[in-house]
Amino acid sequence: MCLALPSLVTEILPDDNARVELGGVSKIISLALVSDVKPGDYVIVHVGYALSVIDPEEAARTLELFREMGEELPA
Amino acid sequence: MKYIDEFRDGEVAQSIAKAIKAEADPASTYHIMEFCGGHTHAISRYGLEDLLPANVRMIHGPGCPVCVLPVGRIDAAIWLARQPGVTLVTYGDMLRVPGSKRLSLLKAKAEGADVRMVYSTLDAIKLASANPDRQVVFFAIGFETTTPPTAVALKQAQALDLKNFSVFCNHVLTPSAITQILDSPEVRELGTVKLDAFIGPAHVSTIIGSRPYEYFAEEYQRPVVIAGFEPLDVMQAVRMLVRQINDGRFEVENEFARAVTRDGNEKAKSLVADMFELRRVFEWRGLGQVPYSALRLKEPYAAWDAERRWDVPQDNPGDNKACECGAILRGVKKPTDCKLFGTVCTPENPMGSCMVSAEGACAAHWTYGRFRDLETSDA
Ligand code: SF4
Repeated sequence: MCLALPSLVTEILPDDNARVELGGVSKIISLALVSDVKPGDYVIVHVGYALSVIDPEEAARTLELFREMGEELPA
Repeated sequence: MKYIDEFRDGEVAQSIAKAIKAEADPASTYHIMEFCGGHTHAISRYGLEDLLPANVRMIHGPGCPVCVLPVGRIDAAIWLARQPGVTLVTYGDMLRVPGSKRLSLLKAKAEGADVRMVYSTLDAIKLASANPDRQVVFFAIGFETTTPPTAVALKQAQALDLKNFSVFCNHVLTPSAITQILDSPEVRELGTVKLDAFIGPAHVSTIIGSRPYEYFAEEYQRPVVIAGFEPLDVMQAVRMLVRQINDGRFEVENEFARAVTRDGNEKAKSLVADMFELRRVFEWRGLGQVPYSALRLKEPYAAWDAERRWDVPQDNPGDNKACECGAILRGVKKPTDCKLFGTVCTPENPMGSCMVSAEGACAAHWTYGRFRDLETSDA
């Protein structure tokens, strides 16, 4: 019950709610637990609440680490 | 899908696997426990164990909230659902977990109790507002990820002055359980396995941050890497842990920096701190009585506490004798060590809690690992 996927925020709605999209499915979730979310952000949604906002720079850095590691390897 | 597909790339997984093989010392063994069921699920689903060298072993930990709730609390929820005028609401997974005498909430519902599934705590609040003549009890379970949503619902109930809503609180805390795995004399007596390092929780850490594990790493001298739930996250965490073990370091590192900070989600943490307090002790399936490992509502919220409103039974009849969930949750046994696995016990007809949620070790192995067993036994 802890599985949750990053979803794209498409619209900020009244009462701390937002519309998010994940793989073509649109859902309304609560933003009560996060601050400063805007359309275009990705949030981790769990039991109807955004728990955190994905940091695109950190995501890029992690992916870069994976790539570098491939290069470091002896052939 | 963004932030999903890139973290599932098979080729990259192979290259991380190569790096792990190159770095793991063939003369030593590496026992790594993943605490979270989300990691257990990823390991089974993507067959990650097959990518690891034989001396790097993954041990599945107790981190599935559905699996760790003892039978007595499920019985208590069923008891609540059977009280006159009560509508019991909870997350989907909880409906099928067997209590004692193989009764589940789903069976209680079939026998006439008003039991309903909700996706979100806000649905529970809506239900209570729409049905003022019913007592709506939210059977709350989960780790630090589901506690803040329960807190939001309580705040709303207070704002709306809802007199027919209450929470049967079973929220538990991750760091105390990890400590217990290493610390408890009971676990030691019952047998335990060598543990060199931990993969720390993903979504739990979005809330509590990576800081709570610092004390743990230092005190128990075990490295911790917080990792996301995608397969590359898990592989990368294994690699980082192998490195730490090789170097004799025991630090908290954060592989999941895209969603986890050192301090976590302050808004969620302060909401939880306002409304909940520690229970002196709480029972976990497989770990026994764990001190300061669970939460209850604070006094100002007593009006919304189901345990104060009803005299909820507190006994614990214990597990079904044949079910090995307890040993599996401590990492001492594997699902296939259980005689009931895949015969009497399947996800459609679970005998124990580990077969219920997708993150339970038995369910994960049943769904994704069984055919691998067949291949290996054929070979
Ligand atoms: S297979 Fe079923 S009965 Fe056996 S340990 Fe797993 S959940 Fe329990």
